Amino acid sequence: MNKTVNQKAWFLVLPVLVLVAFSAVIPLMTVVNYSVQDTFGNNQFFWAGLEWFREMLDSERMWNALTRQLAFSAIILAIEIPLGIFVALNMPKKGFWASFCLVLMSLPLLIPWNVVGTIWQIFGRVDIGLLGYTLDKLGISYNYTQDFIAAWATLIVMDVWHWTSLVALLAYAGLQSIPDAYYQAAKIDQASRWKVFRYIELPKMAGVLMIAILLRFMDSFMIYTEPFVVTGGGPGNATTFLSIDLVKMAMGQFDLGPAAAFSIMYFLVILLISWVFYTVMTNLDKRDGV
Amino acid sequence: MTDVTTQPISGAKTVTPAATRRKTSRINGPAIVMGLYLLFLLLPIYWLLNMSLKTNAEILGGFSLWPRDLTFANYTKILTDPSWYMGYVNSMIYVVMNTVISITVALPAAYAFSRYTFLGDKHLFFWLLTNRMAPPAVFALPFFQLYSSVGLFDTHIAVALAHCLFNVPLAVWILEGFMRGVPKEIDETAYIDGYSFGRFFIRIFTPLIASGIGVAAFFCFMFSWVELLLSRTLTSVDAKPIAATMTRTVSASGMDWGVLAAAGVLTIVPGALVIYFVRNYIAKGFALGRV
Amino acid sequence: MAKITLDNLAHSYLPNPSSENDFALKELNHDWTDGEAYALLGSSGCGKSTLLNIISGLLHPSQGRILFDDKDVTHAPTAERNIAQVFQFPVVYDTMTVRDNLAFPLRNRGDDPKYIAQRVNQIAAMIGMEDRLNQKARGLTADAKQKISLGRGMVREDVNALLFDEPLTVIDPHMKWELRTQLKALHHEFGHTMIYVTHDQTEALTFADKVVVMYDGRVVQIGTPQELFERPAHTFVGYFIGSPGMNLFDATIDGSTASISGTQIDLGAGYTPQTGRTQVGVRPEFIKLSTDGTGIPARIQRIEDVGRHKIVRLDVNGQQIAAIADEGANIAADTNRIVFDPKGINVYADDWRVQPQQEAA
Repeated sequence: MNKTVNQKAWFLVLPVLVLVAFSAVIPLMTVVNYSVQDTFGNNQFFWAGLEWFREMLDSERMWNALTRQLAFSAIILAIEIPLGIFVALNMPKKGFWASFCLVLMSLPLLIPWNVVGTIWQIFGRVDIGLLGYTLDKLGISYNYTQDFIAAWATLIVMDVWHWTSLVALLAYAGLQSIPDAYYQAAKIDQASRWKVFRYIELPKMAGVLMIAILLRFMDSFMIYTEPFVVTGGGPGNATTFLSIDLVKMAMGQFDLGPAAAFSIMYFLVILLISWVFYTVMTNLDKRDGV
Repeated sequence: MTDVTTQPISGAKTVTPAATRRKTSRINGPAIVMGLYLLFLLLPIYWLLNMSLKTNAEILGGFSLWPRDLTFANYTKILTDPSWYMGYVNSMIYVVMNTVISITVALPAAYAFSRYTFLGDKHLFFWLLTNRMAPPAVFALPFFQLYSSVGLFDTHIAVALAHCLFNVPLAVWILEGFMRGVPKEIDETAYIDGYSFGRFFIRIFTPLIASGIGVAAFFCFMFSWVELLLSRTLTSVDAKPIAATMTRTVSASGMDWGVLAAAGVLTIVPGALVIYFVRNYIAKGFALGRV
Repeated sequence: MAKITLDNLAHSYLPNPSSENDFALKELNHDWTDGEAYALLGSSGCGKSTLLNIISGLLHPSQGRILFDDKDVTHAPTAERNIAQVFQFPVVYDTMTVRDNLAFPLRNRGDDPKYIAQRVNQIAAMIGMEDRLNQKARGLTADAKQKISLGRGMVREDVNALLFDEPLTVIDPHMKWELRTQLKALHHEFGHTMIYVTHDQTEALTFADKVVVMYDGRVVQIGTPQELFERPAHTFVGYFIGSPGMNLFDATIDGSTASISGTQIDLGAGYTPQTGRTQVGVRPEFIKLSTDGTGIPARIQRIEDVGRHKIVRLDVNGQQIAAIADEGANIAADTNRIVFDPKGINVYADDWRVQPQQEAA
């Protein structure tokens, strides 16, 4: 669509600007402010320059948290995206069963995140949880508060349980937009099931899948509540992801300077990766639009 | 020249159920996949429900797949104790406030982005989206200080405004996608017919993107309802959300599993209701907009 | 290429059709000759898409059989029918290059790569896209994409039939003409059996050897464009084909004369007595204006000059009719009668054409 040039459109954007400025810019300035100052209490601050950034960059603690975070995001993306596509391909196309599946699949998405944590905390307990009890009876030693592997496995399965439906719903929407003629043409061309997927379904889903990957990446990168409830970051620091570490540092230890420097770098990493996604996405959009 | 690979089907003259037969055998694969997936989704929820209907003694006493000694005591406790049920009321209040604020400010902005080019529009759009990418953990402390300093700490509006951080960009994004699908000629025709911008927007344009508004509202509701970190940080007593209340079920006598499970089940109910009401929009909405 | 036989074919979208009205496609028995180009013409909802979908295997008919070269394919899946189809809007594989698009059906059948390369080049030359073979299909215009779909349909040499489902709907008017000419040329070159669904009579008449006119789920006439024009088998054909359509007059028939609102007309041929509603149909091209007091009384209402000729709108006993006069003709102001050219007179009983006695003999 050809858009008209109209500088007055700024007035329409103004409410958003004011609101977001209040809820994002001002707090962010506070963070920047802290990140370059030091304090000995009593609300006395003095200039510390980039000291905190240097300290955080040298801090093994932050690098470990970042590594864990990247590993976690990579694993859940590697599972949720293919699984979501697979589920979408198997969903009923229309009718009662389609709405039935849609409603049930949306359910985990609307459960408060701490309740998601609670559900899995209970579900995985050896004494009272179905999963933990069953594994224990099968002779598999499983304890997500003690064992590194069990803790990670629980968090990953929990995230897959929680978010795969979002990927599936987006992929499903992409599939729904494919006209029947494409499938008919593929039949006429004697294309195999794999080729139908590779050359018809996947290209048509590309746009929504980029959104799904972007959303899942961002949200998994910011994950806090669910692992906090289930493992509390343990055992040891095994599941201490960036957000958990940051909250520990800022709210627990009140190390405002390092926490602020940490925050800014954290935000920048997300921005950088998201910007790459966004660029790729808009380029895809443009090519589709021709 | 003819190379027909077809096997002639024995001279069936009338309707043969071949088509229907093929259909039933084809349905099985996907049905099994969906069955297993839904089982995987529902099993943990069932377990929560199961526990919420047991007494603590039964939960800890032995393992059972369904409640032997069915009790509603856990629910009764939550629904009669104000410190419990006010949690739900508080959550509902700020979620609804947030949804209304987000949609209201996002509508004109999305219209501007979908219809006009103006100085810095692309940068502004991207900057808005970056707020969706901001980790709540980064904002928790500054928010706490900001809202404390303006005297909004422990109010519903504070949480509603804080959640605008990620919901407004999302709403703008979804609505912009829907608005792009509405032909510009509709606007032009309305202006020629003498509609003012405001009247056109409310009378003509808004109904056209009703499903888009529905989808945006759904997502705002969803993300505000499920968030805990900010809502817990910004409240203490008066506006304390149910999710935060739930984190304090540890008492002197140990964990109160039954009540915790019942509270969890009750937090699923509003979400389930919302999904049920928008069930026809989910498919349509997901398909129409970009999301 | 194959002969297509429709044997006792009918289809209803309802599970248990009881009356004839429940059928979207009423019983059909036809042989479509190998190598001919057929156009399925009719307004929307007449059953032409239903028929096409049965031929392509998307739908299974509720009754009857369909045979390709005497082989029953009624329940064969689409892939086994070895047909090609071009759809209403371009269906191309966006992420593939033009070359891969054209090669796709051949590769799926595991043909020899050398043969594929040679065949693709040949087809590309035919649709005029040799210079864009390595381009991705994504960025192409709608008519270029439609050409690719067309090429993909032609690429297999042994297809039983080529089906077109209103393929020019999304094409710009000036490109429509070019594509249609190209189609016609391709048909001459390869002699595929072609079936072309359209609601546009110009497209149908210029493209096809035989036009199949459908109305209300029924095939009302199969014939060459000339037959449809001169001897419409059903009043719908008369009305639908030609511009303006055929004029119909309620008449009583008695041997070789008809009486139209009191005026006796010579039909030029004898007819057996008919029951039901009898009508005389005359195309505007066969109506002459007269001033000499013979013929049916008529009053000129207006004259439309369309360039090639003039369309004269007349009022005959309260009924609107049209006549065509030469562009140069001088239309007398005192015109008060019309006469029919006996060549162009058809007689209809309950909407179906009645054969005159000599013709029947």
